[in-house]
Amino acid sequence: MTLSRGALLGAAALLATPSLSRAQGQARLLVVGGGFGGASAAAFARRRYPDLAVTLVEPKTRFVTCPYGNLVIGGVRQMGDITHGYDGLRARGVRVVHDWATGIDAAAKRVRLGGGETLAYDRLILSPGIALRWGAIEGYDEAASERLPHAWVPGDGAQTLLLRRQLEEMPDGGVVGLAIPGNPFRCPPGPYERISMIAAYLKRHKPRSKILALDAKDAFSKQGLFQDGWNALYPGMIEWVPANRDGRVTRVDAAERVLETEFGTRHKVDVANVIPPQSAARIAIEAGLTDQSGWAPVNPVTLESRVAPGIHVVGDANIPGPMPKSGYIANSTAKQAVASAVASLRGEAPPQALYYNTCYSHVGEDYGISIVGIFRPNAEGTAIVEVPNSGGVSPRGDLPEQRRLEATYADSWYESITKDMFA
Amino acid sequence: MIRITLVAAALAAGLPLAGARAQAPLVAEGCIGCHGPNGAGAGGVPALAGRDRAELVALMAAFRANERPATIMGRVARGYTEAEIAAAADHFARLPR
Repeated sequence: MTLSRGALLGAAALLATPSLSRAQGQARLLVVGGGFGGASAAAFARRRYPDLAVTLVEPKTRFVTCPYGNLVIGGVRQMGDITHGYDGLRARGVRVVHDWATGIDAAAKRVRLGGGETLAYDRLILSPGIALRWGAIEGYDEAASERLPHAWVPGDGAQTLLLRRQLEEMPDGGVVGLAIPGNPFRCPPGPYERISMIAAYLKRHKPRSKILALDAKDAFSKQGLFQDGWNALYPGMIEWVPANRDGRVTRVDAAERVLETEFGTRHKVDVANVIPPQSAARIAIEAGLTDQSGWAPVNPVTLESRVAPGIHVVGDANIPGPMPKSGYIANSTAKQAVASAVASLRGEAPPQALYYNTCYSHVGEDYGISIVGIFRPNAEGTAIVEVPNSGGVSPRGDLPEQRRLEATYADSWYESITKDMFA
Repeated sequence: MIRITLVAAALAAGLPLAGARAQAPLVAEGCIGCHGPNGAGAGGVPALAGRDRAELVALMAAFRANERPATIMGRVARGYTEAEIAAAADHFARLPR
């Protein structure tokens, strides 16, 4: 059988989905924020909807990932391993603008940039990340973070490297203190992976040292698995203090490196990693997209703002229901947001939503654990729920092969998801 | 006209045709964060691209039923419907190995 070109074109025309052209030209998708949510959205949009004009606004020319930052702090990865550029997105046809988005006019569908340019859009994907709430812990402001690093918003990587350097400079027998926030915050297992990677470094190089983890919560993600691993790999090194044992840090003295808790206990430490309470990034707050919680409420099916139509808020800035503020959820929700935005531009119903998450954590360099979650909107589309009897954490017990495999799968995840975003 | 019908049927069935663009179902997007763009595999995580469709469906069914040892795939497989697994398997089976 031979097929004529005319027949192929005719068939393609019969099946073509409605085009994304506007009277004035291509439909315009604007993405603000070039992290896990934004880069995923831009890459996916170009891959799936080639007739869409995609612009990405991101001030930094290099993106340092939060995932695997704890391995840099532990000294088993280098900053270059977790740093990515935007040339891959440019090669996919994304217009990348390195500037700050300084304001959103939702009614006029325009975003103002720091450099003076104004970008018009048909749909906006907003993935601005988080802001650290300076002052929420008394004495912890931006200046204090130069002495007591948070290393929680990597920026250009300086905070991550500062914490690493302080660990290297600490004498053996020192105490590393951490202040860990209450829920919700970016990367729920992150502080505990960080404790693990710091412990791995200390065990090898400064074995008489201790870690004092002061927590504003009474329980944490993958807790049993982390604590099993700590007992197995770093016995006696880590003290975790929950809120109900006066673990909540309310004040710091940066000069003295003192972490002070709710009931006035003053812990003087040699290195302090203060992870402060967080909110959605400033642009989301200033655009009026957040509620009293400091985070942005969104439609569970489309990720569209509950406040401003035409703006889809993805990544850590939104209120994700039972889902974690994770890179994988940012990637997954970004794709659903783009598909929903395109459906809306075509006058179609949004696609059925399904959100996927796996978070691996390193307890040791070759000792990985994970949590899996698959989530869907409920039948009414009013809330996101986890699929019953699915997901969950790795099994507990003495399972060396499981731990070894999960550490290698973590590496595969990092390679795959960053390729999906940046290659 | 019969040619057009055949081509249309092939396109509708998602069969590869020169000039037609393979469109991943959204459900398959969840897989590629570990199994790699286009399901090409990454490090110790196996490739999905070009695998036999029936094999992929049977593997997921076995993971779902806890009939196959799993590191994480049992937890994953129980989150999807049979129709979703079939759609993802269709997609990856059509991709070049």
